[in-house]
Amino acid sequence: MVSELDRLVRAVDDPELPHVTIGDLGMVRSVEVDGNAAHVRLTPTYTGCPATEQIRSDVESAVLAAGYEPSVEFVMSPPWSTDDITDQGRAKLTAAGIAPPGAAADGPVALDLPVACPHCNSRRTRLTSAFGATACKALHMCEACRQPFESFKAI
Amino acid sequence: MPADLLTHVLRQADRTLVLSHRLAEWLTHAPELEEDMALANISLDLLGQARHLYTYAGKLAGHGHDEDHFAYERDATDFRNPLIVEQPNGDFAVTMARQVLHDHAAFLYWESMCSSTDETLAALAARAVNETRFHLRHSTGWMIRLGDGTDESHRRAQAGLDTMWPFAEELLGADDEDDLRTAGLIGPRFDGAWRAAVGATVAEATLTMPPEPPTRSGGLRGEHSEHLAPMLKVMQGLARAHPGATW
Repeated sequence: MVSELDRLVRAVDDPELPHVTIGDLGMVRSVEVDGNAAHVRLTPTYTGCPATEQIRSDVESAVLAAGYEPSVEFVMSPPWSTDDITDQGRAKLTAAGIAPPGAAADGPVALDLPVACPHCNSRRTRLTSAFGATACKALHMCEACRQPFESFKAI
Repeated sequence: MPADLLTHVLRQADRTLVLSHRLAEWLTHAPELEEDMALANISLDLLGQARHLYTYAGKLAGHGHDEDHFAYERDATDFRNPLIVEQPNGDFAVTMARQVLHDHAAFLYWESMCSSTDETLAALAARAVNETRFHLRHSTGWMIRLGDGTDESHRRAQAGLDTMWPFAEELLGADDEDDLRTAGLIGPRFDGAWRAAVGATVAEATLTMPPEPPTRSGGLRGEHSEHLAPMLKVMQGLARAHPGATW
């Protein structure tokens, strides 16, 4: 039953990214069952992500629905990185019109390769703002198809 | 008396919370929509860092107080933030000058804290250093655009730097934390790296470093400027009017 519960927890949707689950984002660090109790460890994407409480509540509901007593813990280590997003998650982001992140930067100055447009796949795009509608997204403009789009920031 | 780890954590928590509030004051007042969003995003990152730090402070203090106690139930004299973050926003160039001075220091601080022997702080640092990287790119980018822009934007950027520079020293840490450094709980001082980094930004922005060394300090000891108390009155108003309220 552990793997089934694990699957259910990973299938919880991210409240701010339609069609993308917390499993896709790589936020689920562990799901442990001890008798009737289930302990879930999650890692927040951003320290200030306002969706954190909603995710906690949604995971608790999913665990309860599966017949376990939930305890949800947010852990900071190992720190979450966009490198934790699964291939399926990246495909879902692209399908939702959000360009998936490249490799995370590790120096103070990032090598910013232009992000591929999720609509037309062109690399002729420019960053309009590193800060989008949520902490995890940036704003871009595609010079090829003239569509504005969002990307998931590599972090 | 040497500072303990709780004092250090509160200094960092208060720094991030107070600056978070100052940046939130820009909401709907920024020069363009993207800046409203950018400053709100940065404010939110700082608030997140503050929440983690306050939660840890409650654990260290052992009195069971949560983050709301630290944020809402303390007076100005209890706060331990550096003076620079409580200064009024001024115009956009003043705010960006403060962010440049702050973000260079915050980046070096979190980078040094990644190897702290304190697991909680090291884990938070690993996350915060990446967030701060984005803040730093934002503030330095603006400082260079403003400084190396028109005559008017250059004049304002220089005025912003001159306004905030006297408060910069406290960003480099307190002089009563050497014991914590020796114990590896906090990282080594980064004064030289910070001066070099700020100097490079100022040079690229075609601005001039203020000739005098920074002189104003006291916030880390709870001695604040006249600007903190009115800010806290706004920030804490709702929580103090309805103690214990949740929603």
